[in-house]
Amino acid sequence: MNSTVSTPLALIAELTHRCPLHCVYCSNPLELNARTNELSTEAWRNVFSQAAELGVLQADFTGGEPLARPDIVELVSAARAAGLYVNLITSGLPLDEARLEKLVAAGLDHFQLSFQGARPEIASEISGTTSHAQKLRVLEWLRGHRVAVTLNFVIHRRNMDQLPEMLAIAESSCATRVEFANVQYYGWAFANRENLLPTREQLDFSLEILKKAQERLRGKMRIEYVVPDYYAKFPKACMGGWGRKLMLVVPSGDVLPCHAARVIPGLTFENVKERRLREIWESSAAFQKFRGEEWMQEPCRSCDRRELDFGGCRCQALLLVNDAAATDPVCSLSPNRNKVDVVLGLVVDIPVAAITTDVKPEWVYRQNPT
Amino acid sequence: MTPDLNSRPRLAAGCRLNDAKQQPRVLLMPEKALRLNGPSLEIVERCDGRHTVRQIITELQKIYDKAEPQKVESDILGYLSLLNDQRALDFVDGPAGGGSS
Repeated sequence: MNSTVSTPLALIAELTHRCPLHCVYCSNPLELNARTNELSTEAWRNVFSQAAELGVLQADFTGGEPLARPDIVELVSAARAAGLYVNLITSGLPLDEARLEKLVAAGLDHFQLSFQGARPEIASEISGTTSHAQKLRVLEWLRGHRVAVTLNFVIHRRNMDQLPEMLAIAESSCATRVEFANVQYYGWAFANRENLLPTREQLDFSLEILKKAQERLRGKMRIEYVVPDYYAKFPKACMGGWGRKLMLVVPSGDVLPCHAARVIPGLTFENVKERRLREIWESSAAFQKFRGEEWMQEPCRSCDRRELDFGGCRCQALLLVNDAAATDPVCSLSPNRNKVDVVLGLVVDIPVAAITTDVKPEWVYRQNPT
Repeated sequence: MTPDLNSRPRLAAGCRLNDAKQQPRVLLMPEKALRLNGPSLEIVERCDGRHTVRQIITELQKIYDKAEPQKVESDILGYLSLLNDQRALDFVDGPAGGGSS
């Protein structure tokens, strides 16, 4: 196989699939890992030291809600002791000031707080629970701690018009970085796609606002924007390329090249309880499957952009054209681009009034594991 | 922005060097890791809230005494400005306050 294996930069640790929120765009798979199958504290400790040995620099604690793990403080210490930079990606609950203080004392480097909108109503609608006020409280507590703070706003048709208010929340906080990430359509988001996709007008509005904000806040706050790739001309370099930079360990210990990889038929995933992380990264069938260029079809195979986007997203190719090795159909060069355009056609004529009314779409809410 | 020569840069919260035993040396920060070579490592190691920008320049001009001093200065100012845009630095104002080095 014509593929040299690089060193992974980050380990995405899905500590649990349990979560107090039920967001309609959750990136977790539709089939969630049960609590009884979650890795123990010791098993995670072992994963962190193996990851550091392999050259991984950062650990991204996510879930589910990582704070749902009673041993979260121990896990932060363990990752930090292994030599990793520790990111916590959280909804901010369950958390109180004392627990926050313990997390920071344990060596937490970066606190990423997710927001479902700028107002409590939309946050409740999207997350199926009440959480907005708690997030604002957490943001206040964070002022007193030496930890990097990022606000993660997940944006879509129902909340994109609140962008200026979201910016105002970020600016009045202690955050030095804010991410506006459009929903990507996998997992639960795929099930809710038609109610989440923004209109072209909304997208243009958001680009204009964020460009101005980036200029105005340069040197004060890093503003990052993830566009909805259905509107893009070329696909994103999903995960920085399959098996190139990132690996994900799910609550049960299976190691995946990306969050959604389970949707791809025929892939089997190995578990940290049975095999060394290095071996899984370097030689497991799942990681080798789409590494390098051998697997590529035309138009990717001979495309000049193949080292920029690595053919885009394998899961999106599977979901939209039922072939995980196809060119990502969001690419304008893909023979299947029409599959995406058909979906975009569904949101062309939505009047602004219909976006902003209080009529709730028929959401499919994320369930909780047993 | 051009950093004030009398200000004292220090790494912002959540930005730190990896352990000295680890190779390569990198500056770890939110969603990023900057690989540091000789001069960039020398600069970042001095962003401790005690060195002024002017002191960093003077010290590096001594270390890199074969380089044009003016070039060393402009490279350092450019690099500090880049780190500031990444929100990796805070600048503590003025010559007074803070310890001296």
